Amino acid sequence: MSLLQVRDLEVHFPIKAGTLFQRTVGAVKAVDGVDLDVEAGTTFGLVGESGCGKSTLGRAIMRLTEPTKGSVTLDGQDILALSERKMRAVRRQFQMVFQDPMASLDPRQSVESMLTEPLRAHKFPGGSAAHAKRIRELLDVVGLPESVVNRYPHEFSGGQRQRLGIARALALNPSLIIADEPVSALDVSIQAQVINLLKELQERFSLTYVVIAHDLAVVRHISKTVAVMYLGGIVEQAPAADLYGQPLHPYTRALMSAVPVPDPNVEESRNRILLQGDLPSPANPPAGCRFHTRCPWKQAAKCDTERPALRELPLVAPGHKVACHYAEDILSGKLTPHEVRPEEVALTPAADDPGSIETTEAHVAGGLTPGGPPGAR
Amino acid sequence: MSLLEVRDLSVTFTRSGQEPVRAVDGVSFDVAAGQSVGIVGESGSGKSVTSLAVMGLLPSRGVQVGGTVTLDGNELTDMDQRALRDIRGRDVAMIFQDPMTSLNPVVTNGRQLVEVLTRHAGLSKGEAKAEAEQLLRRVGIPDPVRRLGEYPHQLSGGMRQRVMIAIAIACRPKLLIADEPTTALDVTIQAQILDLLRTLVAESGCGMIMITHDLGVVAGLCDDVHVMYSGRIVESAGTKDLFARPSHPYTDGLLQSIPRIDDDDPADLLHTIPGSARDTVAWDRGCAFQPRCARAVAECLSGPPAVTELGTPIVPHPVRCLRPVGQDVSLHEGNVAR
Ligand SMILES: Nc1ncnc2c1ncn2[C@@H]1O[C@H](COP(=O)(O)OP(=O)(O)O)[C@@H](O)[C@H]1O
Ligand SMILES: Nc1ncnc2c1ncn2[C@@H]1O[C@H](COP(=O)(O)OP(=O)(O)O)[C@@H](O)[C@H]1O
Ligand code: SF4
Ligand code: SF4
Ligand SMILES: [Mg+2]
Ligand SMILES: [Mg+2]
Repeated sequence: MSLLQVRDLEVHFPIKAGTLFQRTVGAVKAVDGVDLDVEAGTTFGLVGESGCGKSTLGRAIMRLTEPTKGSVTLDGQDILALSERKMRAVRRQFQMVFQDPMASLDPRQSVESMLTEPLRAHKFPGGSAAHAKRIRELLDVVGLPESVVNRYPHEFSGGQRQRLGIARALALNPSLIIADEPVSALDVSIQAQVINLLKELQERFSLTYVVIAHDLAVVRHISKTVAVMYLGGIVEQAPAADLYGQPLHPYTRALMSAVPVPDPNVEESRNRILLQGDLPSPANPPAGCRFHTRCPWKQAAKCDTERPALRELPLVAPGHKVACHYAEDILSGKLTPHEVRPEEVALTPAADDPGSIETTEAHVAGGLTPGGPPGAR
Repeated sequence: MSLLEVRDLSVTFTRSGQEPVRAVDGVSFDVAAGQSVGIVGESGSGKSVTSLAVMGLLPSRGVQVGGTVTLDGNELTDMDQRALRDIRGRDVAMIFQDPMTSLNPVVTNGRQLVEVLTRHAGLSKGEAKAEAEQLLRRVGIPDPVRRLGEYPHQLSGGMRQRVMIAIAIACRPKLLIADEPTTALDVTIQAQILDLLRTLVAESGCGMIMITHDLGVVAGLCDDVHVMYSGRIVESAGTKDLFARPSHPYTDGLLQSIPRIDDDDPADLLHTIPGSARDTVAWDRGCAFQPRCARAVAECLSGPPAVTELGTPIVPHPVRCLRPVGQDVSLHEGNVAR
């Protein structure tokens, strides 16, 4: 059964112009018609390049950013219909883990006070003795010694900080954890420790994860189902082994062929699909298939006029969904790739000028800054 | 003789009232013309400080630099600042992770290129303008004429990195140092930039040092690799040799802990290296990796570990470890250098 159901979700950020009298002159279509289902107790991986809308989707699912359209159903309950007060109670069921959990914290806040905060806010029963016990439990499950309770953020390494971030997310026994780039700021040797920890905790507490990451290898390793996003939409979704074993969407193929593999023999013999040009702006996405400006398989008919729906290919790849008009013919080899001339990408103010993002930011609920480049350190 | 010879390079930061920090410790390596040499290691292992020392870009106050750096037979470590500046503009060029640290935000892309070309390549202003356009074309920037008149912030991250590369190759340097040039970029853009660098090295025959934390980037780009840990090179080999038989316990552990996109049957849990780089030992006391090493024995804490040569004089594969992986039989005396 799916714990989380998202239907036709949209998050459009208004683009404002004018200094004194602001009017809306357009919208950044950060998330534009997303459907997804996350099965309880599994990991759903979300990949895509920076700016494609992953973080916004994650935040919209939690209603940290208010969606402009669509529905989000958690455990049978339509959460977008809930009042602010009811939402608060539901919120403890899902938690978020960030790239650097400490970045948003007061450096003068000790581990103890950081972990007590959610317990107090959601009236975790039993008073301070029970809270202290809960904190010890939490530190133990994430593999940190009790003695760290009186320490401060700067005293920890990146990996330890991420363990603390996870402990905090677990404090209220959530059913769903949305982890946004949880390991991308960590060194490889530490990354593996945190990935293993996430897996062990999932087993132990039957957690459901949505893991957002730009690292396709990490996502393959931890996910049961993986979705690939491009410019606000999901272009392909399948069980991990199917998606990586046989990517169907031209964008997924290009993305995977671009990931370096730590093996010189593989690297030597690989065929790369080098994409031309940059990502178009989500404020002005291409008509039809959003990938058509860079697609090496683009056809004269339909690609630049009709937006392809995410559909299953029951005959050739059951359970595997793709948003491409020509997926069958590309798979069979009937269509072959051709050269693409790089198209000029005009950076619109929304994607380019941080000032305008701030102005629009004020108009949406929540208020974290949008994601920078992957692993911006 | 190689294009670049680095011998016993060490860098110590000395700040008054604080313990001196030895960031780079006895580092030696060569780069031949037309060769790409990778330096890998996790953050804080000394990669950037090594490259800054090679470039002579470290501040003179509060820093002690030892060892020698020789480019094309000229020893850079002896040179005065002016001569060094000349070499930096002309013979050695550097590309950073964030191009904005070296691009001037209030000067157009064109003027930045023209300035380099007139100052270091001795071109006239008119010649430099024409050459600037050629350079942008060469690094794959569409509509170069328009881009020359624009400012760096008007470009996407990938395009900015291309401008940075255009400036770096403007004077046809003999050596290119790239410090995490694609770390901030998306993977499809990274593939474009790596492809460009590969082509530039092949066409121009310059040498390249590629500094990265990504062993995948090394696998696809480099001829030789040096693995750094806590300021020292712990293993060096030809790229294929290193991946075929990683022999330092750190290199071996690192390679095993990377999830791979082409792993069709991923194990449930990844291999891990316990602890973090913070758990370390000063090299003069013993092996800095000892607190995290599953192969450690008591001798690992009696002074700096000797280098074991696992290769041949022609194809060297030195490892700074007393018990390299796959070498469980007790080592021949003659095998142990130093
Ligand atoms: N608060 C906001 N106001 C305006 N635009 C935003 C805001 N948050 C995100 N965006 C824009 O939405 C798009 C998607 O951003 P994001 O969800 O952060 O992408 P990702 O996490 O995939 O990198 C980007 O173009 C970004 O600039
Ligand atoms: N200006 C400085 N003063 C003191 N220590 C420094 C300075 N710059 C770098 N270091 C130290 O030198 C070590 C190596 O740093 P660096 O070369 O930047 O690592 P890498 O590039 O491998 O991540 C680190 O421990 C760092 O803290
Ligand atoms: S619909 Fe057309 S442009 Fe889009 S991915 Fe498929 S072939 Fe390419
Ligand atoms: S010298 Fe000893 S501690 Fe260091 S890597 Fe080798 S075996 Fe491990
Ligand atoms: Mg993001
Ligand atoms: Mg560095």
